[in-house]
Amino acid sequence: MDRIPILRMSEFLLVTIQVDMHDRLAMALQEDLTDQIVRHRSHGVLIDISTLEVVDSFIGRMIGNIAGMSRILDAETVVVGMRPAVAITLVELGLSLPGVRTALDVDKGMQLLRTSLHGTSNGAS
Amino acid sequence: MATAVSAEEMRPLGSSEDVVVVRQVVRALAVKLGFSLVDQTKMVTAASELARNTVDYGGGGTVRLQTITDGKRIGLRLTFEDKGPGIEDLALALKDGYTSGGGLGLGLGGAKRLSNEFEIVSRPGEGTRVSIARWR
Repeated sequence: MDRIPILRMSEFLLVTIQVDMHDRLAMALQEDLTDQIVRHRSHGVLIDISTLEVVDSFIGRMIGNIAGMSRILDAETVVVGMRPAVAITLVELGLSLPGVRTALDVDKGMQLLRTSLHGTSNGAS
Repeated sequence: MATAVSAEEMRPLGSSEDVVVVRQVVRALAVKLGFSLVDQTKMVTAASELARNTVDYGGGGTVRLQTITDGKRIGLRLTFEDKGPGIEDLALALKDGYTSGGGLGLGLGGAKRLSNEFEIVSRPGEGTRVSIARWR
């Protein structure tokens, strides 16, 4: 069975979603990610969706679930790389991703996490 | 001139994998018809919501993909059909946030907002047919 790789980037975990998600893949990712958060004591998760051409309510729900699970395990989630056409469509769909933080790319997402965890900048990102 | 169908194909919807295939087929068709990137994305997203409804709530079914024209414009019409339990209260099912399953309850209302034309026929015990169209 396919699995989505989870990479360690310094103190954070990076998940790049590159394939069309289906239920089993989404479930496996939730399990793998929560395992890794605990194993590596990560306080931040970056979900890169820059290759996703479509985000429907199923993917939206999965992202929301991951953010919720991570929060309970003391890790923050930032979704990075959303395409403009996807953002336009999500708003019309009615999906606002409550409780999920976003950044334009992986670098900005890491800055956001660092600021929020260590307060190393004045809060600008 | 009334709307005419210039090309049509059917696809099965029995599993989560079929939903993925339908997304790809709708994307390819929207590209072929010259839809803008945003319009492609809207149509593929709406198709994904409705295809998932057919699989999850309708117990599987089919989607018919049609290239349509009204003489001036060209468009894409998708008709999702299942022989599942049907929907008792259509007004309620169209309301955002309402779900009879574990979803977010955005599928039907979202698909309606993402298309130019929307039609739903459902009879309890007989099934559901949802049709959406978007013009280029």
